[in-house]
Amino acid sequence: MIKAVMVMNTQGKTRLAKFYEYLPVEKQQELIRGIFAVLCSRAENVSNFIDAESIFGPDSRLVYKHFATLYFVFVFDSSENELAVLDLIQVFVETLDKCFQNVCELDIVFNYSKVHTILDEMIFGGQVVETSSSEIMKAVEEISKSFLYPFLLCLSKKTC
Amino acid sequence: MEQLKTIGRELAMGSQGGFYQSKEFLDLVKSIGEARSKAEEDRIVLGEIETLKRRVSEPDIPKRKMKEYILRLVYVEMLGHDASFGYIHAVKMTHDDSLLVKRTGYLAVTLFLNEDHDLIILIVNTIQKDLKSDNYLVVCAALNAVCKLINEETIPAVLPQVVDLLAHPKEAVRKKAIMALHRFYQKSPSSVSHLVSNFRKRLCDNDPGVMGATLCPLFELVSTDVNSYKDLVISFVSILKQVAERRLPKAYDYHQMPAPFIQIKLLKILALLGSGDKQASENMYTVVGDIFRKCDSSSNIGNAVLYECICCVSSIYPNPKLLESAADAISRFLKSDSHNLKYMGIDALGRLIKISPEIAEQHQLAVIDCLEDPDDTLKRKTFELLYKMTKSTNVEVIVDRMIDYMISINDNHYKTEIASRCVELAEQFAPSNQWFILIMNKVFEHAGDLVNIKVAHNLMRLIAEGFGEDDDSADSQLRSSAVDSYLHILGEPKIPSVFLQLICWVLGEYGTADGKYSASYITGKLSDVAEAYSNDETVKAYAVTALMKIYAFEIAAGRKVDMLPECQSLMEQFLASHSTDLQQRAYELQAVIGLDAHAVESIMPSDASCEDIEVDKALSFLNGYIQDSIEKGAQPYIPESERSGMLNISNFRNQDHHGASSHGLKFEAYELPKQTVQSRIPPATLASTEFVPVPEPMSVRESYPTTIVPSASSDAESTELKLRLDGVQKKWGRQTHSPATSTSSSTSKKTVNGIKQVDGSNTSNSSTWETYDSRKHVEINSEKQKLAASLFGGSSKTEKKPATGHKISKPSSHMVEKSHVRKSSMEIASEKKALVHQPPDLLDFGEPTVQSSDPPSVDPFKELEGLLEPTTQLGSTAAAATNSPDIMGLFTETPGGTHNKDDSDILSSLSKQPVTNMVGGATSTQVAQSSKGPNRKDSLEKDSLVRQMGVTPSSPNPNLFKDLLG
Repeated sequence: MIKAVMVMNTQGKTRLAKFYEYLPVEKQQELIRGIFAVLCSRAENVSNFIDAESIFGPDSRLVYKHFATLYFVFVFDSSENELAVLDLIQVFVETLDKCFQNVCELDIVFNYSKVHTILDEMIFGGQVVETSSSEIMKAVEEISKSFLYPFLLCLSKKTC
Repeated sequence: MEQLKTIGRELAMGSQGGFYQSKEFLDLVKSIGEARSKAEEDRIVLGEIETLKRRVSEPDIPKRKMKEYILRLVYVEMLGHDASFGYIHAVKMTHDDSLLVKRTGYLAVTLFLNEDHDLIILIVNTIQKDLKSDNYLVVCAALNAVCKLINEETIPAVLPQVVDLLAHPKEAVRKKAIMALHRFYQKSPSSVSHLVSNFRKRLCDNDPGVMGATLCPLFELVSTDVNSYKDLVISFVSILKQVAERRLPKAYDYHQMPAPFIQIKLLKILALLGSGDKQASENMYTVVGDIFRKCDSSSNIGNAVLYECICCVSSIYPNPKLLESAADAISRFLKSDSHNLKYMGIDALGRLIKISPEIAEQHQLAVIDCLEDPDDTLKRKTFELLYKMTKSTNVEVIVDRMIDYMISINDNHYKTEIASRCVELAEQFAPSNQWFILIMNKVFEHAGDLVNIKVAHNLMRLIAEGFGEDDDSADSQLRSSAVDSYLHILGEPKIPSVFLQLICWVLGEYGTADGKYSASYITGKLSDVAEAYSNDETVKAYAVTALMKIYAFEIAAGRKVDMLPECQSLMEQFLASHSTDLQQRAYELQAVIGLDAHAVESIMPSDASCEDIEVDKALSFLNGYIQDSIEKGAQPYIPESERSGMLNISNFRNQDHHGASSHGLKFEAYELPKQTVQSRIPPATLASTEFVPVPEPMSVRESYPTTIVPSASSDAESTELKLRLDGVQKKWGRQTHSPATSTSSSTSKKTVNGIKQVDGSNTSNSSTWETYDSRKHVEINSEKQKLAASLFGGSSKTEKKPATGHKISKPSSHMVEKSHVRKSSMEIASEKKALVHQPPDLLDFGEPTVQSSDPPSVDPFKELEGLLEPTTQLGSTAAAATNSPDIMGLFTETPGGTHNKDDSDILSSLSKQPVTNMVGGATSTQVAQSSKGPNRKDSLEKDSLVRQMGVTPSSPNPNLFKDLLG
């Protein structure tokens, strides 16, 4: 099961945080700070895995990936495979990239709720439900379209 | 026109799919981004919170605006600030008709609330309605909220709808409904147990996404109950086969791999199903073999699948061909440059060596590389692997490495873990007691306050009990070497408290036992400790008790005791200590010193910590006294269970407990208070059996036995006293010798040269030696190889160092305990002959001086030899044995306390029955007891009574000591 997904930038600012088990806000912040401290102390060219038991309690692993100014962090338990989660991050980022064309840090901040929507399509209640980025895109587009529809309706009325 | 413009802008932003946010939000994000300090950021966010608070409470806010505010709240909370004032607005938004607004509302509540939040009750209704909506996007949003917000109690409210949705025409909905059901299962298995069959059904769903999602709950179900899912093996295998043959839609391909995530999940499930089941495993061999072949090992995801295959292979019933493929894959992982792959390789190796231990040897150098890698994660994983492959031949090297690493890190969590692993390995495989003590010393020195107190107790026990069954001199050597090392360590600054306690105890018990150190020297050291760590009461208490033991031994041996001036001042200080415990110890010390040799020997026999003490739990020795009292008109004692709950804390507690467990309100009226039956022989006598929790963990543990009978010779005491080993595996001394060790040894088993070694594994022969020698120059001779050799090849592939002599004896399982005795002959043997044993491929390690990497294996023995003489005479001193020294040790933690006046009366009457009451009051010990036992017992009883009465001990009670001093 996935325990948490976090995106933070290289300065330690949280850009996205989603915990699949409820944690009080203060605890969330503490964990994020703890993780950031570990992340920024890691050299380049080392593995993408960290033993997260000291931060997250027993049976937790952490996989992160560093893209430009952002760290993408997934925390999960032993029922997932580290390398696969690494690719899951890849899927997530690829999907973001498709969504925003050349995704950058600001896209994620400004389209906060859309990023959540994408993530919800991938991970549902802590389980990975969808791993195909085109399927995720399809679902997200459908949601967007449904938002757009009332405007079009309204617009056509006005112009007619 | 103005309106049209707005709509036009909305439309333009619509390309963002309605996720658009206003300029204000952009400004907020920007200003936070530019904030230079945390304080500045906080200021901005607090300002934003103020604005939002004002805005959201304005009347008639347009939905669009409201949505934006809520998103800003979410953002603010993500930054760690409290946004709870807005929760209710988020809840309101979920009621909205517009999908966009509703989704935002759901997003916000799932992020804000937990399943037990008060507001949930307001959402459940909306969720119910939304689950029935025609718009599947609304249903999806509601399902999302279901996962996060529904708790055990509200499951029934939404369960029927969720089950209906399992058959929804839209695959996205089916998928989410399954996950929601899975979530219910996780939260409360019983509430959905009748629906579990749905997961099986959905496995056959037409949509691969739904099928893939179903694997998540099935994985969990299988891992809790394998046997009910054995029938699915065939289905899983055929799905896996189809996936591997690319029968799924192209959309599921990822980096040219067909649906790798589904493959991984399936392999995980198969690993569970095939574990220990030959028949089920046989069904899997073909498909797993296929996947091994088809996997593209150049991509990350390909390797992920490969790794999962290895895990599967190592879990199911072994198949030689698959094991071979797995070994190949592992070697590819380990040879790779990627740290990720190395990590996975090490992990996979750890799994596979359980089945085929020989595989580790091919990879020894790679493993050593990983051990020295700067990457911490990799290093730790490697330590984990080493931990798994530790055996008696390589334990020294591995534990040394672990300790070095332990010293080098700051992460307390991991330090604790690695320390406990060191302890475990040392207990399990230690080649000698000396080595064990050395390792323990290191662990205590560097991670003293992190290790479990039990470890210290275990070590005390080891030192006290000794190791050799019939070999007293070995035991005394062990003790003297421990004393030596501790006296040495005491010179160092900043020793952890637990370690100091251990040191004090050992010095007290055995400091003067071998006659090497004078009593005044040891007592000097002990009072130094008490002075240097003056704010650690526990240590001081241990020190005082140790002092008492030393003096008692001196008196018993007929020597005159001269208290050092520093001890005297220390005692004066303790006699007036605020800690009643310390005070009591000091008074006891004073009392003991005043006694004659005979009495002292009875109460404080030397080296008696291991003697058993019998405890008469029924306190039958009090019968006479009770009879007397009853005849004089005292009320008989009424057992607690029959009492009607007056004045007795524990009784109240029981009621509380009862009330809590029955959960409901109590509807009957409370009974009228009955007349109090106050017994003359009050709960104090009971105290021992129902001792109430005491603040410090140690005191609970230790004061328990002492309260019973502080007599000098009851037995069960020492079992308690024996450092409470229950729960701790008693591995010490077993010297398990895993058969795996000898994979290499079997190759070199021919014995030559008439060395009659008992064990094949270490026997060497000249021919091997020669091959070894002749190949000496072939390979580069690096440190690493030496290390590798000692790790993998068994340590004895070395030669004539005293260390080898000691090693020889080690792995032979039948000489286990006697290694010391045989040692000398071994050494002779080893000096004559260099012993080499290793498989041919390990012969290439240049230098024969392999053992240089582990000095500790040498030291203890040298030490041991040095100690041989002085300790032999110990036997005479080690006389009769009782437990009292430890009893004193036990007082350490008992927080002293005052007690109520009335209780003390009762008790003081009790205490007038001194000697006769005591259980093992053998005639010889009576003198001592009369002066000591009852008082101590008394005070403890009082103490426990006080606690039972719920009175917090406050100031020292003079009465207590009046009793004590008679």
